[in-house]
Amino acid sequence: MSETIGIWVAAIFTIGIYSFLYKENPLYRLSEHLVVGISTGFGIAVTFTQVLKPKLIEPIVTGEHGAWLLLIPAILGLLYITRFFSGVAWLSRYPMAFLMGAGMGIGFPLSMKASVLRQLEASLVPLYEAGMPWDVVVGNIVMVLGTLAALIYFFFSKPHKGPFFGTGSKIGIWVIMVGFGATFGFTVMGRISLLIGRIQFLLGDWLHILK
Amino acid sequence: MLKRVPAMLLALLLATGLAWAQAEDPPPVAADSEETLSVEESEIAIDTAVSPGDGMIAPSNIVVSDWPNDAGDALLVTFDPGSETGNDNFIGYTIYRRVQGTEEFEMVGFVELDEGTSFTDGYDPDFIVEPGVQYEYMVAATYFSGAEVSSEATAAQEVAIGQLYHSGKTRVLLGCVVFLGLILFYFYAAQRGVEMYLRPIAGIEAIDEAIGRATEMGKPILYVPGLSTISDVATIASITILGRVAKKVAEYGTPLLVPNRDPIVYTIAEETVKQGYMEAGRPDAFDKDSVFFLTQSQFAFVAGVNGIMMREKPATNFYLGMFWAESLILAETGSLSGAIQIAGTDAVTQLPFFITTCDYTLIGEELYAASAYLGREPKQLGSIKGQDACKGIIMAIITLGLLLSLTDLIAGTETLVWLKNIITMPVVD
Repeated sequence: MSETIGIWVAAIFTIGIYSFLYKENPLYRLSEHLVVGISTGFGIAVTFTQVLKPKLIEPIVTGEHGAWLLLIPAILGLLYITRFFSGVAWLSRYPMAFLMGAGMGIGFPLSMKASVLRQLEASLVPLYEAGMPWDVVVGNIVMVLGTLAALIYFFFSKPHKGPFFGTGSKIGIWVIMVGFGATFGFTVMGRISLLIGRIQFLLGDWLHILK
Repeated sequence: MLKRVPAMLLALLLATGLAWAQAEDPPPVAADSEETLSVEESEIAIDTAVSPGDGMIAPSNIVVSDWPNDAGDALLVTFDPGSETGNDNFIGYTIYRRVQGTEEFEMVGFVELDEGTSFTDGYDPDFIVEPGVQYEYMVAATYFSGAEVSSEATAAQEVAIGQLYHSGKTRVLLGCVVFLGLILFYFYAAQRGVEMYLRPIAGIEAIDEAIGRATEMGKPILYVPGLSTISDVATIASITILGRVAKKVAEYGTPLLVPNRDPIVYTIAEETVKQGYMEAGRPDAFDKDSVFFLTQSQFAFVAGVNGIMMREKPATNFYLGMFWAESLILAETGSLSGAIQIAGTDAVTQLPFFITTCDYTLIGEELYAASAYLGREPKQLGSIKGQDACKGIIMAIITLGLLLSLTDLIAGTETLVWLKNIITMPVVD
C-alpha cells in the first residue's frame, strides 16, 4: 500500500514538473515549492547527522584525542551566525575571508598540476612513430595544432589581426566549436537516457502499460 | 523578539545535538568483534585438512618503510610471497598490525593474489596510522576456506613521519613561481602606468547593454553565480563580476535577484552586492532579500529558479560560474521567458548548451578575464597581460615539442621524451 502511494506521489509530481513544458501553472508551483522545501529540510538533517554530529559534536563531547582542534572551525562556523546581529555582523567576514583564501591557496597548485602540467604532458606527443596507425598520426597532428590555435584564441592582450593572431584565432574558435559540437551530442545522448528512465517509470511502474 | 529567534534556534540546535551525542552508545555488535582478529583466532582458523598442503610456505621478510611525501599517516609494507604452488584455494594475504607492546593484532587490509606483495597501510580511514607510533606487522597467507598461515610478527623498521615538502611536486612549485612571477611583473608594470591593450569580447561588452535593457524595461535582473562552492575558480570569478554588476544596478536603480545554491556562496554574494551598492553611493537602496538561498539540491534549485524566471520575468539573465546538468534547463527557460541571456562557465561539457541557448557566452578563460574588462583597473589589466605571457610559455613548449618530434622522426633521436621528462614526469599525484 505504502509503495503504491509512493508511486502515485512520484508520478503526480513528475507530471507536475513536466507540466512546465506547457506553461508555468499551479501544479508546477506546488511541485516546485515542495521540492525546494523538502530538499532544504533534508539537507539540514543530513548535514547534522553526517557532519555536525559525528565530526564535531561527538568528538568534542567524548573528549577524543586532539578534538579541541575542532573548536577552531566550529568557532569560524559560528561566526556566520553573527550576520543576524547588525552590531557584530562584521565578524562573519572572517570565515568568508578564510574560505576564499583557502580556496584559492588549495586551488592554485591543483590547477597548475591538472590544468597546466598534465595538459602540457598530453600535448607532447610524437607526430609519427614506426607502426603508428594513420588515424592516430592525423589525430596527434590535429590535437597539437588545434591546441596551439585554441590558445591563440584566448590571447586577450593582442588584437586578433594578421597572419598569426588573426588566422590562428579563427582556426582556434573553429576547433573549439567542433569540440563543443561533439560534447553536445555526447551529453544529449546521456540526457535522453534520463528521459527514457522517467517515461519507463510513468508507463511501467505507474500505469503498467509497459511490462 | 524577532532578533532573538536565530539565537534561540541555535541554542535549541546545540542542546539537541549535545543530548544526542551524550546518549548511550549501543552495545558493540558481533560484526565489530569479528573485524579484529587476534593471533590466536587466526591460528584457530587454520584448517590443515581443507586447504594448505605440505608445500605451504608462510610469507616472510616483512619490510615496513615510511610512505614518502605524506603527512605521516601511511606505511608501506612489503613481503616475500608465501604460497603453495598450484593450490587454487590460495587467494591472497591478510595484513595484521598491532602497536608494539600490545597483545592483540588487528586486521588492517587484504592483498589479493594478483595485487603483488606490497600493501599501503593508512589509506583505510577505519585503520589510521598514527605518526611516530612503532607498529608490528604480521602477514598471513590466506586460503579460500578462511584458513591462514601466518608469518612471524615483525617490528616495523620505520615509523610514519610527515614531510613538510612534497619532493614529487617540485615542478608544480616551479610552475606556480614562474606564473605568479609573470603576473606580478605585469601587475606592477600596469601600476607604473604602462599602457595595456585588451581586445574586445562581445559577451563582456554586452553586460552593460543588458543591464541598461532591464533598466529601460523596468524589470529585474537575474544573476545566478553558479552551483558550485566558493573554492571553485569559476565561482570566485563570478562573485567578482557580481560586484561590478551590483554597482551598475545600484547606479541605475534596477532590481536584482541573486538565488544561491551554496550557503557560503550566498553569504559572500550578499556581502558583494551590498559592497556594490555602497560603492555606487546608494547603500540605502540595497534590498537584503534580493540575494537569497534557495536549496542545496541541484534540480530543486533549478525548479526554483525556473519558477522565478516565469513569475518575475526578468529582462536579463546572467549565468556566470560553475554549472552542471542544469545549464540547459536554466538557459532554455530563460530563453522562453524572453530575457536577454549572458552565460559564462569553464565547464567544457556545459558550454555547448549555453552557446546554443544564450545570446552571449563567455568561454572558459573569458569568464576569468571579465572582471578586469569591466573594472578596467590597471592592476587587473596587468594580471590579464601576465596570464597571456603564461599562455605564451605553454605555446612555446608545445611548439618545441612539435619541433623535437620532427627531429626524432628525421634523426631517430628521443628528444621529445627528454622534454617530457623535464616538464612533467616528476609530478607525483
